[in-house]
Amino acid sequence: MSLIDLTLAQARAGLRAKTFSARDLTAAHLEAITALNPTLNAFITVTPEIALAEAEAADRALAAGTAGPLAGIPLAIKDLFCTEGVRTTAASLMLETFVPPYESTVTAKLRDAGAVFVGKTNLDEFAMGSSNLTSAYGAVTNPWRRAGDDTPLVPGGSSGGSAAAVAARLALGATGTDTGGSIRQPASFCGIVGMKPSYGRCSRYGIIAFASSLDQAGPMARTVEDCAILLGAMAGFDPKDSTSADIPVPDFQAACTRGVKGLRIGVPREYAAPGMPDEIAALWHLGRDILRAAGAEIIDISLPHTEYALPTYYIVAPAEASSNLARYDGVRFGRREDGADLIEMYERTRAKGFGDEVKRRILIGTYVLSAGYYDAYYLRAQKVRSLILGDFTTAFARCDAILTPTAPSAAFAQGEKMDDPIKMYLNDIYTVPASLAGLPAMSVPVGQSQEGLPLGLQMIGRPFDEETVFAVAAEIERAAGFSARPAIRAGVSA
Amino acid sequence: MSYTIEGKTGPWELVIGLEVHAQVISRAKLFSGAATVFGAAPNHQVSFVDAAFPGMLPVINRECVAQAIRTGLGLDAEIHLESRFDRKNYFYADLPAGYQISQYQHPIVGRGVIEIEGADGTTRTIGITRLHLEQDAGKSLHDQHPAKTYIDLNRAGVALMEIVSEPDLRSPEEAGAYLRKLRTILRYLGTCDGNMDEGSMRADVNVSVRKAGEAFRTRCEVKNVNSVRFVMQAIEAEAKRQIAVWEEGGVVSQETRLFEPGRGITRSMRSKEDAHDYRYFPDPDLLPLILDPAWIETLRADLPELPDAKKRRFMAEYGLPAYDAGVLVAEQASAAYFEAVARGRDGKFAANWVIGDLFAALNRTGRSIETSPVSPADLGALLDLITDGTINGRIAKDVFEEMVASGEAPGAIVTRKNLRQVTDTGAIEQAVADVLAANPDKVAEYKAGKDKLFGFFVGQVMKAMAGKGNPALVNDVLRRHLA
Amino acid sequence: MPLDPATVRRIAHLARMHIEDDDIPRLQTELNGILGWVEQLGAVNVEGVKPLTGAADMALRMRDDAVTDGDIAEKILANAPERAGDYFVVPKVVE
Repeated sequence: MSLIDLTLAQARAGLRAKTFSARDLTAAHLEAITALNPTLNAFITVTPEIALAEAEAADRALAAGTAGPLAGIPLAIKDLFCTEGVRTTAASLMLETFVPPYESTVTAKLRDAGAVFVGKTNLDEFAMGSSNLTSAYGAVTNPWRRAGDDTPLVPGGSSGGSAAAVAARLALGATGTDTGGSIRQPASFCGIVGMKPSYGRCSRYGIIAFASSLDQAGPMARTVEDCAILLGAMAGFDPKDSTSADIPVPDFQAACTRGVKGLRIGVPREYAAPGMPDEIAALWHLGRDILRAAGAEIIDISLPHTEYALPTYYIVAPAEASSNLARYDGVRFGRREDGADLIEMYERTRAKGFGDEVKRRILIGTYVLSAGYYDAYYLRAQKVRSLILGDFTTAFARCDAILTPTAPSAAFAQGEKMDDPIKMYLNDIYTVPASLAGLPAMSVPVGQSQEGLPLGLQMIGRPFDEETVFAVAAEIERAAGFSARPAIRAGVSA
Repeated sequence: MSYTIEGKTGPWELVIGLEVHAQVISRAKLFSGAATVFGAAPNHQVSFVDAAFPGMLPVINRECVAQAIRTGLGLDAEIHLESRFDRKNYFYADLPAGYQISQYQHPIVGRGVIEIEGADGTTRTIGITRLHLEQDAGKSLHDQHPAKTYIDLNRAGVALMEIVSEPDLRSPEEAGAYLRKLRTILRYLGTCDGNMDEGSMRADVNVSVRKAGEAFRTRCEVKNVNSVRFVMQAIEAEAKRQIAVWEEGGVVSQETRLFEPGRGITRSMRSKEDAHDYRYFPDPDLLPLILDPAWIETLRADLPELPDAKKRRFMAEYGLPAYDAGVLVAEQASAAYFEAVARGRDGKFAANWVIGDLFAALNRTGRSIETSPVSPADLGALLDLITDGTINGRIAKDVFEEMVASGEAPGAIVTRKNLRQVTDTGAIEQAVADVLAANPDKVAEYKAGKDKLFGFFVGQVMKAMAGKGNPALVNDVLRRHLA
Repeated sequence: MPLDPATVRRIAHLARMHIEDDDIPRLQTELNGILGWVEQLGAVNVEGVKPLTGAADMALRMRDDAVTDGDIAEKILANAPERAGDYFVVPKVVE
C-alpha cells in the first residue's frame, strides 16, 4: 500500500515499527500536493521546507523514543489557524501579507504532539460560505466527479480545502473549523469524516474569528478513528480562551470501539421535511437500520424549532462577524488602501479587502445590531436560539445521540446555487441546529448518490459527550463499509 | 441659596451629571497580561490581545473585578452578583478591535451615593447611577507630523471604572466637590490613584440649563476634561453657551463637545459628527461574570476606613473641629500621620502642628507627607517637649525648622543647642533686674500707665535669655518687679 | 422592514465599507431578500424566553493579576502597513 493511502492510525503504526520514515511519509504527501494542488487548489500556502524539517525532527524523536502521539504525521491546516511565521490569510485579500507572530493553541498542541504541517488549506473567505467559492485565492475543486461527467464540483465549505486535501490523499488529516457546518458539510461532500466537537472543547485562541459563540475547531480525516486520534491532540482546556471548558479530555479513540448496544438513537421527525431528496432519505434509513441491527434502539424525537435554526443562525453569525471583522481596518496589520483621511482609508481598505459574501454578512450583521432593530432581529434570534437548545435538552432526556443527514444534497457544481444567497445558505440546514446548541456533531460517509458522489450522515451528541458520537460514527462506518475513492487523488493520474 | 447664572431673561439653573473614567490600579490590563505602568516607550506595553490581532481572545483580570467591587462597596452601592460584558462598536484609530469591551446593560455595580460638602459646611448626597468596568483606548498623537496621526496602544486595554452620577449636581462648585470627594474615596480604597495629570482620572461632563421649576432640557456632553478646575470652567462655559442659544431663540441640540481650556470655550467635536449607533451586544468571547457573595464579604471586611467615617471619628475621638478633621482626612497619608502624632497626646494640639507647621514646611520644601523630613514620632516627641515644659513654644518653632532641615530628632537638637527652657527663678530674677535697670525711662512710662510696654519687657528678658526663659515665669517675675 | 437605498448607505458607512452607487440596487435586493427570509422568526412565540448569548454554559473564569505579556513592540508592529519608529501611523485625525 502506498504511503498516501494509509490511514493516520496505520501511518502511526508504520512509523513506530520503522517500516518507513517520517521524512518519506511527508515527502510522499508533498509530492502529491505538487502533483494535484494545481488542479484542486486545496492549499493557499504549501510549506515543504518546514514540513521536511519537522519530519526529520520526528524521525529523530521516533529514534530516541521521545516521539509524541502524532510524530511524523503530515497534516493540512485550515488557513484560519494562525501559524507563527507562516502567512495566514483566512482566504481574504485583507490578510494577503499577514504573517502571525504567534501560534494558535490547537496547532501548537498538534505541533507538540509531533505533527508535520504540509501547508495551509483554502477556505471560504473568513470561513463564510458552504462552497469554497468565496475564497480570494480561487475556488477549491472537489476531488470527486459525477460518474461520466467532468464538471468541477465544489468541495463544500468553509473547510473545503481541508476536506479536498484529505480526500485526495494530500494529507493524512486536517484541521477544520465549524461555525454552522463548515467541517461536516465539506466532509460529506468529499467523502471523508469530520467532527465538530462541543463548543469549548478546543481552544479558539489564535483561530481567526468568524462568529465567536459558534466557532469550533475540529478534525477531518478519512476514518472515524483518525478523527478521534486528532481530536485527542487538539482538544483541552486553554486558559487563554474564556469559553474553553476546563474538563478532562477523554480517550476518544477508545470510544470508537464501544459499540452502540443499548444506546437510544433519536431521529428528529422535523428533519424529514417535505423536499428531502429520496436518496438522502434512503441514506438516513440505512443509518437507522445499521444502528438497530447493532443493538441500538431507534426512537422518534421532536426538535420543534428546527425550521427556525437557519434564520437564527443568519442573524447571530453575521452580527458577531460584523464586530469580529471590525479589526481589519488597515492600521496594525493586513491590507491598507490610501485615503485622504482616516474614514476614507477605512472605507477603501475594507471595500477592497473584503469579498462580496463577507461584505454582505457584515452589512446584515451591522443592520441587525443597529439602533431600532436590535430587539426585532438579534435579541429575538437569541431567544429562538434558547428554544433550539431547549429542544435538544428535552430530546436528550430520551435519547443518547441523534442521527440526521449531514447535507440536503451531494456536492454541486461550481456556479450552481449562485444566483441567490439564501439557496446557498440552505446547505447548512441540518448542521446549523447543533452549532447553535454547541453540541458535538460528526459527519461520516455512508453511501453515494445516484451520480456516484459521497453522502454523509450526521450524529449529534450531548454537550461534551463526543465519546458517544464517536461510538455511533464508528459503528456506522464499520457497517456501511464506504470504500469509494475520489476520481482525483494522489497516485492516480488526474 | 441655590446657584444660578443670570441671563438676559433671568436666572438659569444648571443640571450637571458626571461620568468619571477612573483607571483601575492593577499590575496587568483588564483582558491581557500586558503591564499598565505609565510612561513606557510607545507600544511596549501591548500584547497581541490589546492590538486586536486575528484570533486573540480576552481573559479577565480578577484584581480589576475586585477593585470594581471595592469601589462599589466604598460608594455604598449595590454589587450585582451577575454582570456581563458587551461590545461597543465604533471605528477609531486608537480602538484596535473596532469595539470597546464595556458593560452596557448589566454593570457590576448599581446605585450608590457620595456625600459632598459645600463651602458653608452643609452636606448634600449625590446619587451614583452605576459603575462598570471597561477597556481604555490607546492614544492618538496628532502633533508629531503635519499630515499623520501616530498611534500608541500602551493604554489600550487598561481597566477603567466608569462611575456615572445622577444629574444631581447644580453648580460648578458642587461638581468640583464631587470630583474631589470621589478622588479621595478612590485613593483611600487604593482602586485608582486619581492622578488627573497622567489621565488616570478623566471626566465627561453632562450639562443642561433650565428655568426654575422646569423639567430637564437637552444636555450636551463635554468629553475628556482632565482637571477639577477645567471641569468647573467647562461647566460654566457650556452653561453660558446654552443659555445664549436658548435666549436667542435657538435650540440646544444634543451633541458631544470638547473643552478648550486656553480659550475657555467648548466646541463641537468633528470626529463625533456621526450620529452614534454603537450596536452594543453581549461579547461572545466572554461569559457572564458571576460573583461569589463570600468573596464580596471578604473584600468588604478588608476595606479601609473611608474619609467620612474617619472624619466623624477624628471629631469624636480627638475633639477636632469639622474643618480640621476634613483637612486631615482628605489624604489617607495625612490622616495616618496625624493619628500617629495624636495618639496619647492632645488631639487639637497635634492637629494644629500637622495642619499648620508641618503642611507649611512640606509646601515650602515641595515634599509630600509620605516623604516628610519629619517623622510622626519626632513631631510627637517635639510636642512632648513642649508639653512637659522642656522647651517653650517659641523655641519649639526653631527646633521644628531644624528638624525639617536636618531630619535630626528634637531631643538631640535641644541638647546640642542647649535650648532647654530656663525655669530657674534666680536666673530669671537676675535677667529681669538687668533689663529694668537698663531701661529706667521705659519703666517710668509703664508705671505712668503705658501698659503696652509689658510686652517690650518680656521681649527684652527673653532676648537676654536667648529665648529659653519659661514664658509664664518670666511674666510672673516681671509683674512682681513692676508692681 | 425593507431597506431603502439611504439605509444601505448608512449601514455601509457604519461598517466603514465604501460602496459604489451602482452597487446599491443589487445590495438592496440581496439584503432585503435575506432580511425578509430571517423575518420568519417573527412567527416564533418568544414570550418569557431568556436570550441565549452563547453555547458555553459556564461562568467567566478570572486570571491572576500578573504581567505576563507585552514588551514585544517589534512583533506588534511587524505587520503594520505604516509605522514611524514604534508608532502606528494613520492619516491625520481631526477631533
